[in-house]
Amino acid sequence: MFSQPFIQHALIVGASVGALSGMVGYFLVLRAQVFAADALSHVAYTGALAALAAGVDMRLGFFAATITVGVILSFLGGRRIADDVLTGTLFAWILGLGVLFLAIYTTQNSTSNGAANAKVLFGSIFSISKTAAATASWIAAGLVMLLIVMARPLLFASIDATVAMARGVPVRFLGALFLAIVGATVAEAAQLVGALVLLGLLAAPAAAAQRLTNRPWRALGLSATLAVLAVWGGVVLAYAVPKLPATFTIMLCAAAELALAFLVTISRSQRKLQTVATS
Amino acid sequence: MRTGLSSNWIDDLQQVLSFHFMLNALRAGSAVAVVAGALGYFVVLRRQSFAAHTLALIGFPGAAGATLVGWNPLVGFFGFCIGGALMIGALPVSGQTGSSSDGESSAVIGTVQAFALACGFLFVSLYKGFLSGLNSLLFGTITGITDEQVLSLFVAGAVCVIVLAAMARPLLFTSIDPAAAAAMGVPVRLISVGFLLLVGLAAAGTSQVTGSLLVFALLIAPAAAATKLTARPFVGVLLSIGIALGVTWAGECIAFFSPYPIGFWVTTLAFTVFLLANLYRGLADRYGAHNPHHRNRTHV
Repeated sequence: MFSQPFIQHALIVGASVGALSGMVGYFLVLRAQVFAADALSHVAYTGALAALAAGVDMRLGFFAATITVGVILSFLGGRRIADDVLTGTLFAWILGLGVLFLAIYTTQNSTSNGAANAKVLFGSIFSISKTAAATASWIAAGLVMLLIVMARPLLFASIDATVAMARGVPVRFLGALFLAIVGATVAEAAQLVGALVLLGLLAAPAAAAQRLTNRPWRALGLSATLAVLAVWGGVVLAYAVPKLPATFTIMLCAAAELALAFLVTISRSQRKLQTVATS
Repeated sequence: MRTGLSSNWIDDLQQVLSFHFMLNALRAGSAVAVVAGALGYFVVLRRQSFAAHTLALIGFPGAAGATLVGWNPLVGFFGFCIGGALMIGALPVSGQTGSSSDGESSAVIGTVQAFALACGFLFVSLYKGFLSGLNSLLFGTITGITDEQVLSLFVAGAVCVIVLAAMARPLLFTSIDPAAAAAMGVPVRLISVGFLLLVGLAAAGTSQVTGSLLVFALLIAPAAAATKLTARPFVGVLLSIGIALGVTWAGECIAFFSPYPIGFWVTTLAFTVFLLANLYRGLADRYGAHNPHHRNRTHV
């Protein structure tokens, strides 16, 4: 199966975008901003359909919409997303706009619009072309580098913003930059698993990593590794069982990782309790 | 079928009401708006937008799965939403509230949501030819509401409202101060799970009209606007219901006369009301020092 070009593209894109999603997800969970990522993933839908209705590349819509709204969210909420009600109302309306663009797009092109809509919503990792795979991988690699460079101050700002601010860390700027990166990550992951499912790729590996270890750097690496493994596992599984769509198998692997992490930590804490009880 | 607007609004209204499907849409919309407005007030108060959003989305795989095995989609909507509410309520990390300010619990809720949607996609792709129904499942429709759906919405809505009225006082107490409520012997955990169940029921009902993706607009925006306009819980709930009703009726009527779908109109109207309420709050805070409620508003 590895000689197939579409599998190779899927694995390469899966490795780069998966690593990016895992790292971004770790900070999202640490900063309790998962809901913001949820909002951005719905914004991605509207962006893509606006681009389709305007007749430009879908990916342009993904990136433009998510990065813009990511920065807007950071200004609305200060360091954290202070007001989840505001976030929720805003993205519900933006999603409504997406429906409008869908209607416009549907009236323009009567053929194959259902397929395009499903592709935006649920992605299609196997139909990524060679150039699209290369572009997505380079962007992901650049974002991973940026995250590694800013990881130390961002960790500091996420764990104790007040102290970080007193020590001269630009907390607000970091928060805005981070949400812009989240926006770009959402746009990347949407090409793989679609706007509706990418939240799982951000949240599940990160939550599993945080369950398994308390050390920030190790958790960051573990989260990236788990996300890559989820994508790869999903690709292999979808190839082995053609009936299952890749988006589903990727999400299945990610959810299984989180469930396993829960089982491991629960049995670990029970064993600890037993040793305490016997000693 | 569609005819344009005339200059006489009574004629227009009669024209809307002369269609059976519009009558059904308005009936269903009313039932849904009352429940969503009332429950939404508590969702906003408890800051559970994320959990509510997830419950709303879980209806989609339910309906898709039911269609796949040949059952009535209604069974799927209600079954999955109630099951999802129990699951989120039983999550080991969700604690007492499941509010979106807790990193790990929201990560787990996010995983549940994404996995449910992925399952929905699986069901849709296993059921070939269902793709055309995807849009109405996700974004709602005003033309396809049957008499049976209207009846089920009225029953579900009545159950929700009665249970909510019965538990309103302790729910309000635990929402505002969970620690004090627990100390006073209020069963906080039971009330949280019960509340999530009600939200699941409401979400399943609302999905019939607005589609799974847009339930959220009707659940959050009217309630958020109401909390900006008044600090009194009872008035707030009534106001939230009123806004939800107005937005739904107006959205359905505009959708009847326009080429664009109901989901767009309902979300846009709801968002407009929310913005106006915020504007009013801002002006009142600046100029209206006599406002007796403005110091102890319940919203955060």
